[in-house]
Amino acid sequence: MADNPTLVNITVNGQQLTAPAGTLLLEACRSAHVEVPSFCYYPGLSLQAACRMCLVEIEKMPKLQTACTVVITEGMVVRTDTEQVHRARKSAIEFILTNHPLDCPVCDAGGECELQDMTFKYGAAESRFTEPKRHREEQQWSPIVYFDRPRCILCYRCVRVCGEGMDVWALGVGNRGVAASIIPNHSDHLQCEECGMCIDICPVGALTSGPYRYKTRPWEMKHVGAICTFCGDGCKTTLGIRNDQIIRGDNRDKSGINGDFLCVKGRYAFDFTQNPERLKQPLVRVDGELRPTTWSFALETVAKRFQRIKSAQGGFGVIGSTRTLNEEDYQLQKFARRVLGTNNIDHHRTADFPALATALAARTNTPGTALPLANSSSLKTAKAILLVGNDPTNQHPLLAWNIRTAYRNHKTRLYVLNSGDIKLRRQAFRMAVIPAGGEAAAIRFLNGEADSVPAELTMVGGPDPKRWPQTPPSVPQKIAEGLQDFRARLRQEQDVIIVFGAEVRGEAVRELVAFGDTLPGNTRYIALADNANSRGAADMGLYPDLLPGYRPVADAGARAHFEQLWGGTIPAEPGLNLPQMLAAAAAGKLDALYIAGANPLRLHPSAAEGLRKAFVVVQDMFLTETARQADVVLPVLCSYEKNGTLTNTCGEVQAQKRGGMFEGAKSDLAIIHELAELMGCGFGPAAEDKIFGEIRANVKGYDLSLVQLLAGRSALAAPLNETVAHRDDPELIQPNNDTLFTAGTLGRYSTTLNSVMERRLQKESK
Amino acid sequence: MSVFSQATQERFQTLLSHYPVKRSALVPMLLFAQDELGYLPPEAIREVGELVGASELAVREVIGYYSMLRLEPAGKYHVQVCTNISCMLRGGDDIYRHCKERLGIGHKEVAADGVFSLEEVECIGACSWAPALQVNYDFHQELTPEKVDEILRDYRKKAAAR
Ligand code: SF4
Ligand code: SF4
Ligand code: SF4
Ligand code: FES
Ligand code: FES
Repeated sequence: MADNPTLVNITVNGQQLTAPAGTLLLEACRSAHVEVPSFCYYPGLSLQAACRMCLVEIEKMPKLQTACTVVITEGMVVRTDTEQVHRARKSAIEFILTNHPLDCPVCDAGGECELQDMTFKYGAAESRFTEPKRHREEQQWSPIVYFDRPRCILCYRCVRVCGEGMDVWALGVGNRGVAASIIPNHSDHLQCEECGMCIDICPVGALTSGPYRYKTRPWEMKHVGAICTFCGDGCKTTLGIRNDQIIRGDNRDKSGINGDFLCVKGRYAFDFTQNPERLKQPLVRVDGELRPTTWSFALETVAKRFQRIKSAQGGFGVIGSTRTLNEEDYQLQKFARRVLGTNNIDHHRTADFPALATALAARTNTPGTALPLANSSSLKTAKAILLVGNDPTNQHPLLAWNIRTAYRNHKTRLYVLNSGDIKLRRQAFRMAVIPAGGEAAAIRFLNGEADSVPAELTMVGGPDPKRWPQTPPSVPQKIAEGLQDFRARLRQEQDVIIVFGAEVRGEAVRELVAFGDTLPGNTRYIALADNANSRGAADMGLYPDLLPGYRPVADAGARAHFEQLWGGTIPAEPGLNLPQMLAAAAAGKLDALYIAGANPLRLHPSAAEGLRKAFVVVQDMFLTETARQADVVLPVLCSYEKNGTLTNTCGEVQAQKRGGMFEGAKSDLAIIHELAELMGCGFGPAAEDKIFGEIRANVKGYDLSLVQLLAGRSALAAPLNETVAHRDDPELIQPNNDTLFTAGTLGRYSTTLNSVMERRLQKESK
Repeated sequence: MSVFSQATQERFQTLLSHYPVKRSALVPMLLFAQDELGYLPPEAIREVGELVGASELAVREVIGYYSMLRLEPAGKYHVQVCTNISCMLRGGDDIYRHCKERLGIGHKEVAADGVFSLEEVECIGACSWAPALQVNYDFHQELTPEKVDEILRDYRKKAAAR
């Protein structure tokens, strides 16, 4: 659509209406709150005109017209409320109900079914058809997707969302006429991304989900808009809660940054909350064995031991989480620096945020100038996108959805620079496949003037030799030509959004930004990190050398600011990073390790032995391999059971709302506060809003509108504005390389994620 | 490895060259595939799909749409009895019933010995000579039950002769 579309005037039921040229009549009516019922129409998907529910009268047109396909024209006179229109709707429903069982009392969709509502309203429940209805048994297509064929009204929404939206194309239509039926891609079962988009988009109860079917009724649940705890994209998932348990996840109200999108994790993987392995009681090691105990005993054990080590001037290490809330991360680093008196604090890094903050530091967020950071939805309308590394379809499903949406609706030109044959190649305008590890060299080439492509980028036998069917000598030539063309095209683009994965770190980030600077318009960036609050952990200062807001520990001014705020001193020397802490523990140089919601032994299994030399406290939901080595294990609440804020990988801050509850566990925040209290350094009440107030006032970029956050919207945090002196530790960045069906340690505990056949196939192929 | 004969594969290539969009060749290709194999097994669906650049699911959608395309083997002689308007007015339903009795099978069923299969079809374009039926690609018109018996007998003989 043009930036300044011309406006068109129409009359609907005698009322004057104005809408941009190109608007569909149905949308124009809805924008004026004139109801036009529809089943097959779905915003953002191609037009189908299959259900005939939206018929309206248009003057000078002989027959009723489908409002979902008619584009408004100047002077159009429309009536939606006449006798004729009502009759048409009634008979449309009568036809739709030909074989529909109207078994609402047992149907999952009952109470939130568009067909039920319409039948109720237009009263076509009695029918002139006397033939027996065709019945078919329900079919299970996967652990997630079930199909009750008689309920299907053939609106094709599921087919379109799976194909056009997901680019999976797993659903089709078999047969025709009265025998027509939705069919899955593998005759009797589905092999797909298991996202559940088809289920939630189904206007009736034809597609239902394994995890939810026959469990409850929509009105028996409380609905809480929570933020997904899995990847770094920060989708809103509306949790259906009954008796403090999460029964369902969806986003039918299309709120949040993700609209109606959710991947399999956001929709179904919440079941980890009810995993029987979840810890319900603190554990303390007695005679070499972890034994259940009371909270007061466990906390006192920890506080006393910490106090003793502190008095003896022993060494502490603190490892934070990438799924805990901003308030918890902020308090954790405060606890490390202020209470334990150490800068030995780190987290599992999956993106080089400090490098991006450094590279962008100079431009500052001067009022009036555009921010150099992009939010997730800006991808949907971008003119051009450069994607370096990562596989967003697997690791950032929402961002991948947004990129596909942009491609579909705005012909956005996507440039993909990757060492793998990632699925987004199908939307790519240009794709350059480079050898794994060649990202930095490729970026140098993009930013350079030389025409010659470095040999390391044109190595034959790159990731997938099948892609290069030419005889070997011509291959380097082809690759070089491909890269030259890639660069030449890209340089003509304007307002590019540059999205980069963990492959790009340290110096390469700065080089990438330098390249972005040469592009016309406002270049914006998104760094891709793995987990729900990876970005928050970075912003909140879970770094040995950086305070909140990427302010260097070594900077006396920054230190003074927080010292005054927290009332105490902060060590001036940067501390140990994560592997250094593990090594120090093994060398007997750390007396205590406080691990809040992380599982470092997953990536560093050989450190297990060394951990036994220190006093190890682990806060977790499960007895992970790290928790097994601990002296004290404190069971915690998960993200869905807490209030606070989270920051997604783009920097969008959103409020987390408590949905479920879990007996026996405490929030990380509560534990940190109780420990601080017991150690005589009270942090005051563990009130999230108070702490967020402190964050707003003291962390760069977090001075965000509370109104916006409380209203459930997102606000982009841009922690820029000063030079960041950061030690580059590129080797510390270790992406999980998650797939759609894995999620670091947490994914193990979701029964649904592990039940789908695609997960088994992935395991087998490894 | 192709499931098709050399001749059929060549035919496919000619068909593909006829259209600006490969997919347009899908229906004729499926008909030729079915003529050769008697039906459309999964391997054939996959191979044709690859040739036109369509997923298996998309090919199945097309097969489902056209009742003349089959996913199950038919008999050696596939008896298609028309019961559409003209034939119906001239006793097509009786002819169909008669076939069912004689062959001992119903709509879209195959006799145990594999010689015959039966299908009730819509107009086959022989209205002027109704009632009509079609066996594979051969037409038989102005039918009476006796004539049907004769026709079936002839085919049975043919099948035995081979
Ligand atoms: S679950 Fe998702 S990928 Fe699978 S069929 Fe439904 S829409 Fe397609
Ligand atoms: S299954 Fe649901 S979404 Fe799909 S066509 Fe049927 S009614 Fe529409
Ligand atoms: S895309 Fe990421 S944030 Fe969104 S539902 Fe999936 S895992 Fe959760
Ligand atoms: S909404 Fe217009 S035909 Fe279905
Ligand atoms: S109606 Fe039977 S051939 Fe036309």
